[in-house]
Amino acid sequence: MATMKHTLVAIVQDKPGVLNRMASLFRRRGFNIESIAVGHSEVAYLSRVTIIVNGSNAMVEQVRKQLDKLIDVVRVSDITGDNITVRELALVKVKATSQARGEIIEIADIFRANIVDVASDSLTIEITGDEDKIESMLKLLKGFGIKEIARTGRVAMVRGTLGGVPGEVKTAGKRVKKQS
Amino acid sequence: MKKTGAQIICESMIAEGVGVMFGFPGGVLLPFYDTLPQYPQIRHILVRHEQGAAHAADGYARATGKVGVCMATSGPGATNLVTGIANAYLDSVPMVAMTGQVARSFIGKDAFQEIDITGITLPITKHSYIAKDAGSLAGIIKEAFYLARTGRPGPVLIDLPKDVQTEQADYTYPEKVELPGYKVPTRGHPTQLKNAAKLINEAKRPLIIAGRGVIISRASDELKQLAETGQIPIITTLLGIGSFPENHVLSYGMAGMHGTGCANKAIDSTDLLIAVGMRFDDRVTGKIAGFAPNAKIIHVDLDPAEIGKNVGVNVPIVGDVKAVLQALNKMVETGEHIDWIKQLDEWLKQHPLGDVNDSAGLLPQYIIHQLYEATKGDAITVTGVGQHQMWAAQYYLHKEPGSFITSGGLGTMGFGLPAAMGAKVGCPDKTVWCIDGDGSLQMTIQELATLVQDNIAVKIAVLNNGYLGMVRQWQDLFYEKRYVATPISCPDFVKVAEAYRIPGLRVTRREDVTGAIEQAMAYDGPFLIDFMVEPEENVFPMVPPGASNIEFIEQPKKEVSTWPR
Repeated sequence: MATMKHTLVAIVQDKPGVLNRMASLFRRRGFNIESIAVGHSEVAYLSRVTIIVNGSNAMVEQVRKQLDKLIDVVRVSDITGDNITVRELALVKVKATSQARGEIIEIADIFRANIVDVASDSLTIEITGDEDKIESMLKLLKGFGIKEIARTGRVAMVRGTLGGVPGEVKTAGKRVKKQS
Repeated sequence: MKKTGAQIICESMIAEGVGVMFGFPGGVLLPFYDTLPQYPQIRHILVRHEQGAAHAADGYARATGKVGVCMATSGPGATNLVTGIANAYLDSVPMVAMTGQVARSFIGKDAFQEIDITGITLPITKHSYIAKDAGSLAGIIKEAFYLARTGRPGPVLIDLPKDVQTEQADYTYPEKVELPGYKVPTRGHPTQLKNAAKLINEAKRPLIIAGRGVIISRASDELKQLAETGQIPIITTLLGIGSFPENHVLSYGMAGMHGTGCANKAIDSTDLLIAVGMRFDDRVTGKIAGFAPNAKIIHVDLDPAEIGKNVGVNVPIVGDVKAVLQALNKMVETGEHIDWIKQLDEWLKQHPLGDVNDSAGLLPQYIIHQLYEATKGDAITVTGVGQHQMWAAQYYLHKEPGSFITSGGLGTMGFGLPAAMGAKVGCPDKTVWCIDGDGSLQMTIQELATLVQDNIAVKIAVLNNGYLGMVRQWQDLFYEKRYVATPISCPDFVKVAEAYRIPGLRVTRREDVTGAIEQAMAYDGPFLIDFMVEPEENVFPMVPPGASNIEFIEQPKKEVSTWPR
């Protein structure tokens, strides 16, 4: 079966162990996580997890359903086919002799990346974009010698008015908060 | 009003209607056990090994439909529960397992008898909790019981640090739970229901395969109505046994690896398979490519993740089996299917189960048949795992939901005795027979002591063949009779029973079977019969591993063997 990268977005309770439960499920069912990014959502007690998983439609649908069964997972959707905005952030430390520095800064400018640190023999560049953009810049920087890369993994959001935490969940969650 | 954590645990259990729990104490559970006598409403049954507590809670839950409760101390106590929890998880049994934990300040320090039990049980629980303070206990217990019994049932674990049990907190039992991430589907999608009814009304050779979901959802009446109205033959999975009376004219037995020839042929030729509350386990489907090759499939299940997991379906219906069947019954027309039913009856005649009177020796099948006759099919039978389990499934005709209790998904040897104990505690007015193998029984035989101490009148029939019989059968059929590590020496089970103060009998001859069974049933208390059966009897029919269901092997002509010992 044809496999492709799927983008899953999960809204989960901000409780200890939630990520462990999700990761354990991926491991148990034999799914490979390409990247996972976790952070707060627009609701204080809910986190948003963006997971990139490579697999066939049927396989990814199975993992989505299994994730949805976790009690702490409020909602999970596969937004691969939707009209989405996708971003990833990378920090790249490049070897930069004084001669090469100008050229590297020029490349960074083309990609609208920022220089966030300068040392005597290196430059650190911060770049935001989709994976293709980051890969293209890395390709150009490779010749200078890349010392270190840190990438966040993909975060994604559906364009337009759709998406976000459903209203009933926001209020239900609030009641839970009050009780504890 | 302020109460200690231990008191809150007890009061919460009582609020959930818990009347009995199976447990084993330990250092970190001392505060709880010290408090327990304040609540005589809770009957505590002391097991001899924590695995027994989990299986007993499991058997209790399957026999009663209520949530089974078990408890073990931290560390080894908790890890001993693991097999029982996994067993309940795979068979969707409602259970709350409570474990003691070291005091909060010791957690994460590798303290004495500290183990990360929530971590260990992560993939085998529906959910789990660590109680971080006494104030959270009531809410946690409320949620745990709610999660265990609703939706697709399963085990929920609560880890209870020692000092949380002694900490004081205000106690009020919450009236409802707020679980925004937990959805229980109820009725099926109207369009899919309509599609299903249309297919059912149009089918020429419809077939229902019923699983444990029917029993969980208490939907046997609705299932019967569907079958009778549409004149649709029914086969079941192993765990679906009891969902439909096996003496009903539309019942055609169990499907799958040791299913009837008729059931497996029916799957092969049906044009519409109506799968209700079952999950297409590999022991049921055989080789997927050869499964129901001529059929459209309607799959009714509460768990959306089961739809399309193993087998592609034409009409998926996610919903509670009872509600879905009620809706379908309104739309399904009176059917006939005379030729189809005639065909199935013919297959029944062509492929009968092996004759219980086929040998002058002591056939295990004959014993199960006699148990059925003696109990008029009204007993609860509980099995271990192996050949005896399959013979019990084949030769005892079960009529009621919850009357056949067996370890299906995990296939846990040693399940029988403790589960029978739990079933008998849950249904004291029922006759409970533990049908066990000599291998299986030896895995949890220590629970004989529990039967005596708590006067639990389980009757035990050991089908003793001196082998780990099912594994030996595979060695016989697929490994050229190389019986490696399957001959098993047994103690004298009658003497063992006697040592536990349980009366017992040994039966070596066919003509002594009925007398022994009568004697066991007449005795007021637990009783054990050690049946020395034909040692190399095999379970047939059998679908060879990896083959399609239709390729089942039948019982070869018998050579009478003599008892070798």
